[in-house]
Amino acid sequence: MDNSQQVKVKRRRSSMQTKETIAGFIFVTPMLLGVSCMVLLPILAAFYISFTEWNMISGIKGIKWIGIDNFERLVEDKKFIRALKNNFLFLFTVPAYMIISLFLAIIINRYVYAKSWFKVIYFLPYISSVVAVATVWRVLFHPSVGPVNQFLMTLGIDDPPKWIADPQYALISVMMISVWISIGFNMIVYLAGLQSIPKDLYEAAEIDGAGGWYRLTRITIPLLSPTTFFLLITGIIYTFKVFDLIAVLTQGGPAGSTNVMVWSIYESAFVSLEVGYASSMALVLFGCILLITIIQWIGQKKWVNY
Amino acid sequence: MRKKEVALKGIITVLMAVVGILFLLPFAWMLSASFKLEGEVFTYPIQWIPSEWIGFRNYEEVWFGKHPFYKYYWNSIKVSVATTILSCTVSALAAYGFSKINFKASKWLFFIVLATFMVPQQAILVPQFILYRMIGLFDSHLGLILLNGFSVLGTFMLRQFFMGLPNDYIESAKIDGAGHFRIFAKIALPLITPAVATYAILRFIWTWNDYQNPFIFLRTDALYPIQLAMQKFTSINGEFYSLIMAAAVSAIVPLLILFVIGQKRVLEGIALGGIKG
Repeated sequence: MDNSQQVKVKRRRSSMQTKETIAGFIFVTPMLLGVSCMVLLPILAAFYISFTEWNMISGIKGIKWIGIDNFERLVEDKKFIRALKNNFLFLFTVPAYMIISLFLAIIINRYVYAKSWFKVIYFLPYISSVVAVATVWRVLFHPSVGPVNQFLMTLGIDDPPKWIADPQYALISVMMISVWISIGFNMIVYLAGLQSIPKDLYEAAEIDGAGGWYRLTRITIPLLSPTTFFLLITGIIYTFKVFDLIAVLTQGGPAGSTNVMVWSIYESAFVSLEVGYASSMALVLFGCILLITIIQWIGQKKWVNY
Repeated sequence: MRKKEVALKGIITVLMAVVGILFLLPFAWMLSASFKLEGEVFTYPIQWIPSEWIGFRNYEEVWFGKHPFYKYYWNSIKVSVATTILSCTVSALAAYGFSKINFKASKWLFFIVLATFMVPQQAILVPQFILYRMIGLFDSHLGLILLNGFSVLGTFMLRQFFMGLPNDYIESAKIDGAGHFRIFAKIALPLITPAVATYAILRFIWTWNDYQNPFIFLRTDALYPIQLAMQKFTSINGEFYSLIMAAAVSAIVPLLILFVIGQKRVLEGIALGGIKG
């Protein structure tokens, strides 16, 4: 190949590459633009606003830089600490529905006829709108005439709890509903996990005379660990974001007993119009989720048996 | 032995069916109450089948009464369909760009997109709200559509499928002189239609059920989608539980139908690791 030809090939190659780059940018630009305007810009703004005092009504001019005052106030804000605590209590829903879902998935996978029917049954609450489902539960939990309490009274319990109207029981009631909604999703993912376990492992174990308990604890559960880990992480992240259920069922009440972080953010930003303060709460929420994501990255390598 | 197994499986199936029915009792109660006269809603022991048949009177009130649901339905359909189309288009384009076009910036651009997945929308509601007020997208369907139209999850999901396509297809099309747009539209996209359909159904369901965004980004009653209407209906009709239940049934049924039609796809999508969001 003489020199001029080489140059030509090179030139063609580089012009091809430019073409590829242009095409690449055209394809990804809509997504990049969207993500920049809808997520990147807002999160940067949230960082800034969290160091200011602002009520939105006064316009951009009304923004006042106050340093870390918002965060100092946050640490002493009993209401917010209560919300944070409630978020952590809410975490208990995750193992609860994961255990139930695993149990159901194992039974449905091996021991029943008409599998697909069962899948649909347990998936229904997940597919239904939270607003509709929460409304139904609010009526079912009605303190005096609701079916749940009427049933309890016929069982001889004269003074049944007032459920979502009772500060002592409200959070646990909301948590129960959340478990009921989440079972379907977790069960479907577990079922997929179960189906990916090679059958010959069980057969080999059976030949060796291993019992059901042994098969469960030594084959099924270890081999499901990636699924379990995935569900645990998504479950935890989901509990930190919970809003719809609270908004429809209790609006954080009674007496702050079901107040969670996102509801606090909503209230301070859109009800009391303390935008700066709300943003500092939002950063705490962001921090929690970032932390969990980092744990996920590290943990995936350490704790998961592939 | 074999017979015993069959019998055992039968017994477990029946037991599980009973558990399943208990699990769905709230739905049964809702459906039954929606066909009752108001005075009979709370009679105890529960009458699962209304003693007096009033037909669809509650539903008529919900759908064509003072706050006609068909209007809100139309809003929901509009927003959900538009969001789904936008999200699928943007995600498919980006997914193709990130997997089948070889350019330098691709890697770190994809990293940026993935990184935004960690930001919970709840943490940026306030700045989004302010932005929307400033550029006039607040209280509009367009604003709502744009909020859910750029999905990292969709991009990530479709990218996996594009990566599964052999590069030979694309190379040979290139040799024939086809540009990336033609390859995308005529070869790559048709090959992953099932994946796009799965994502589209999931996105539709999530948008239809979304309460938080309409709640914060809409004010005008005429723009309400079904979830907000449901909430408003409940606060207006406070004590009319039969009507509220009819509204709840109406809010759930369209999704139920969609789910039954696309059942296989939805369950597959979820099993693939479809994270809600």
